[in-house]
Amino acid sequence: MTTTDRRGWLKVAGASLGGLWLAACDKFTTDPKTLKVLARAEDLTRHAQRLVVDRKALAREYAPADISPDFKPNGTLNPSDEDYAAHLAAGFADYRLVVDGLVERPLALSLADLRAEPSRTQITRHDCVEGWSSIGKWTGARLGPLLDKAGLKKNARYIVFHCADTLEQTLDGSGQYYESLDLIDAYHPQTILAYDMNDRPLPVPHGAPVRLRVERQLGYKHAKYVMRVEAVADYSQIGRGNGGFWEDRGYEWYAGI
Amino acid sequence: MAKAEKVLVYRHAAVTRLTHWINVLAVSLLILSGLQIFNAHPALYWGQKSHFAEPWVSMTAQQKGDETVGVTKIGSLKIETTGLFGWSGKPGMQEARGFPAWATIPSYRDLADGRRWHFFFAWLFVINGVVYWVMSLLNGHARKDLAPTRADLAPRNVWHEIVTHAKLRFPKGEEARRYNILQKGAYLVAAALLLPLMVGTGLTMSPGFDAAAPWLLDLFGGRQSARTIHFITASLVVIFIIVHLVMVLVSGVWNNIRSMITGRYAIEVEGDRQ
Repeated sequence: MTTTDRRGWLKVAGASLGGLWLAACDKFTTDPKTLKVLARAEDLTRHAQRLVVDRKALAREYAPADISPDFKPNGTLNPSDEDYAAHLAAGFADYRLVVDGLVERPLALSLADLRAEPSRTQITRHDCVEGWSSIGKWTGARLGPLLDKAGLKKNARYIVFHCADTLEQTLDGSGQYYESLDLIDAYHPQTILAYDMNDRPLPVPHGAPVRLRVERQLGYKHAKYVMRVEAVADYSQIGRGNGGFWEDRGYEWYAGI
Repeated sequence: MAKAEKVLVYRHAAVTRLTHWINVLAVSLLILSGLQIFNAHPALYWGQKSHFAEPWVSMTAQQKGDETVGVTKIGSLKIETTGLFGWSGKPGMQEARGFPAWATIPSYRDLADGRRWHFFFAWLFVINGVVYWVMSLLNGHARKDLAPTRADLAPRNVWHEIVTHAKLRFPKGEEARRYNILQKGAYLVAAALLLPLMVGTGLTMSPGFDAAAPWLLDLFGGRQSARTIHFITASLVVIFIIVHLVMVLVSGVWNNIRSMITGRYAIEVEGDRQ
């Protein structure tokens, strides 16, 4: 065997061994049963954080000088859905934020109505599940008082946010973005339906006209392009039943970590 | 002179052995799943937020003429790391990724699964670490075996240990009953500094935990600094593991491994003294 032959052979052997190793690992590390066991840690994390983090404890708020000049939009950047495009073309004049489901008095609020509701402004850090952070200033209607206005029925346990954007094209429509919160986070003082970002109307890449801010959780919980807020007893019948677009794709429902 | 005889001494308590092996499992999986998570955004920053245009560290794929190369940037230093960082994979199937497939769980890009592995074993790691420290303080392991004595710290002794380690000459007799100062130092740095630092910086990255302990953000200089320190500390843990494994190999591999399984470690004593 020449040196080149030997090298070639070694390379093939190395690559095959490496491939076998990876295949063996992947078979184990992506086994659905294994992952189901691992997912139990999410409950542990949620219970532990609910235990040590006060219900009303605020996420840190920053100074105007800390605001990111390069706040990174992620996920859908410009919804291609026809209904959304029509709203956008009309400057959201006909947009109505619907609050319904398990409520006594369903609401349909124009942007002007929403701006008249009790509001909050906060400069907070947005932590993406990918690892990066950006800081922005948000103004929006506080979700708690809005839910009180609609009057939650006794059996309402979760608040679901239905969005205008389809993030993944699927035959069954499960590619529509949505998210859900429990009532602890829904009533948290910093949980708002934001219509302004950095003192300007929310730009399209960041979720115009309205996005959710839920400051003690990761970015994917902060649903953009919110059209409808629905109070439900459980979310198993929505989407693929895991409480959110990314939750349906393997991510944790409790995104406080 | 009497002939030296091998005697088995009881070196490691059961709890030390058990927590050691659980730690091996947890830390290995934490490193591999951690690199998967890192790969979701293979860049590091200092401060509260990301400055996307100027990361402190980044691994990217870049065009160089007709070919794609992996480029790793650390501060102002830029090096080509094709095949390892930034651009790697089997011939014809290369892709842009921070760390290569063999270093991540799963091998392909899957942040959701990587997080499942990471947080499950993070819990195991923390619980195991708490058991280790509580028991080590109670059973005297920390005081008797780990805490350096005055004699250990004498410059002459430290120098002596460095020289004999460098020559790969390790004590075999009575003095092998105890850890030497380099062992004590390495184990203490790992168990009392590096591993707790992994937990502290890890928790700082949790937006939920930050609300309960905002002082963590001040301690580490912001969430992005915490992420960077998490990565640097993990690198130091990897270096510790490599040095530790080399030392285990060259200082009597079977004796070392037996002592961490059964607790019994062989030393050589003079025949009439046992």
